[in-house]
Amino acid sequence: MKIKFWGVRGSIPTPGPNTVKYGGNTTCIEIRTNDNDLIILDAGTGIHALAQTLLKEMPIQAHIFITHTHWDHIQGLPFFIPIFIPNNQIKIYGGIDPVTNETINRALSVQLQYSFFPIREAQLNARIEYATVKPGEPVKVGSATITPIVLSHPVLNFGYRIDCDGQSVFFTGDYEPQLNIYDPEDDEYTEFQSFVDAKWDEVVLAMKDVDALIVDSSYTNEEYASKQGWGHGTYDSGIKLATAAKAKKLFFTHHEPTRSDASLEAIYQNLLQNNPATGFELLLAQEGVDISL
Amino acid sequence: MPNSKNEKLIVLVEKMPAFPKSVQQIVQLTSDINASAKDIVRVIECDPIMTVKILKAINSSFYGLPQKITSVQRAVVHIGLNTIKNIALGVAAMGMLSANNKANFNTSNFLLHSLTTAAISKLLAERIGLSSTECSDCFVAGLLHDFGKVVFAEFMPDEFKLALEKSQEQQLPLHQTELEFIGINHSQAGKILAEKWELSDPLIDAIAHHHDIDHNQNVLRDCVFAANQISKHMQFGNGGNPLIEAFPESIVIRFGANLSAMCDDLGDLESIKIEAQSFINV
Repeated sequence: MKIKFWGVRGSIPTPGPNTVKYGGNTTCIEIRTNDNDLIILDAGTGIHALAQTLLKEMPIQAHIFITHTHWDHIQGLPFFIPIFIPNNQIKIYGGIDPVTNETINRALSVQLQYSFFPIREAQLNARIEYATVKPGEPVKVGSATITPIVLSHPVLNFGYRIDCDGQSVFFTGDYEPQLNIYDPEDDEYTEFQSFVDAKWDEVVLAMKDVDALIVDSSYTNEEYASKQGWGHGTYDSGIKLATAAKAKKLFFTHHEPTRSDASLEAIYQNLLQNNPATGFELLLAQEGVDISL
Repeated sequence: MPNSKNEKLIVLVEKMPAFPKSVQQIVQLTSDINASAKDIVRVIECDPIMTVKILKAINSSFYGLPQKITSVQRAVVHIGLNTIKNIALGVAAMGMLSANNKANFNTSNFLLHSLTTAAISKLLAERIGLSSTECSDCFVAGLLHDFGKVVFAEFMPDEFKLALEKSQEQQLPLHQTELEFIGINHSQAGKILAEKWELSDPLIDAIAHHHDIDHNQNVLRDCVFAANQISKHMQFGNGGNPLIEAFPESIVIRFGANLSAMCDDLGDLESIKIEAQSFINV
């Protein structure tokens, strides 16, 4: 299995001299099975650069799994060039939003409206299919099995585990591990904590023993103090997950938009110093680098 | 009641608004970016209609959760507060349950009875040493046990009015007079809805059989049965049913006391009533 990050930035694209090394596109990850089946995790702006590399492979079959429908994870969909070209087959997977009861096709159809985009959905020439995925129910793509799990974020968010050819990857999408909303002196504290612990165990089980764990690590602990409830993890929450799940490699992604390459590297050096014996490799997600597991 | 009528009822209940105080509080709390999570959760878990709509959304087979989620708190842990908050806001946008319905059913009194039954049911669960999950499930079961009544008041007010009046005048159990005038009682209606909404089996069973405790073994239902009688005995509202049922043998064995001994043993439950009232009075 091969992995390539095409977008590593959270919230909004951040082009410019300060993000040249790690990249400024919003979330998009390319995964290739040993048979070269194409799985794409999220369709942030990074998917546009990925699309350029696919033009020489046409017609293509692409399986795009959307973790959640916040803009930074779907805004590249209308710029995924293969959707305009006949004979391409593109299947977009996602959950049903429990608030709106809308399926994943809305992620594209909302963007392809007159006010927002010059091309109508009916004018797309590729064969586009939508599939609703459910937590815990595996989906097959070639030799790969993709299993979603609900991970807490301000909108329905799936983490996806991809098992393929004896290897495995887990991507959290955007995820803030749930904190106890009660204070220790509240009657509800203990009970709520038992729910938090049970969910934690479920999450760890879903990412157990993966070769690569890709986590939303938007914040440092200091930043997180004022950003609780925003729906994102920290570098340390990522390390805690990888430790519990016994992951082999941990990739930090969803870099905070104001984070420069230099500050990202400074944080990374600190992490290496403070976590000398994790038993797994710590890595910063970087756009355009080929990763073989 | 014929199936087509059941289907119609299910469709109608989709649009059923929540109780006025919770609607008001949800609108207020969700427009304050600094509102605390626990305040929001507290409002939702004290409104039977908001609770049921959240459990329905989360347990829908569209999401296919391997295990049913039975409480608002667990729903928050599972999917995150913002989604739960927005489902509640969607319910609030449907308006408020009117205090005056054609059935003359006192909805404040109903809510007081539901909330105190919920709290007492949880208290009983704690006393007999159930797990924290089961205790919170007992709260939910107590809150929802009479859900069918408010549905009748809203959508079958003429028939329900007759059932309420006959129950009151002749001191008959309301679930009996409901059968006569509506053809189905509130526990059966509650069961149909709870099944349609894919709630957990113990919860469905507790709603379906809270007047029929010989049905089978269900500790959740036993807690709700006992709490229901205690709430009425303490005059914390009666949900329209004037009759208090004695504890049958299985309940006495379960809790080690009959109704009056249990009430004595529980002592002053006034704080439960006062807390419940804070979620009722606008």
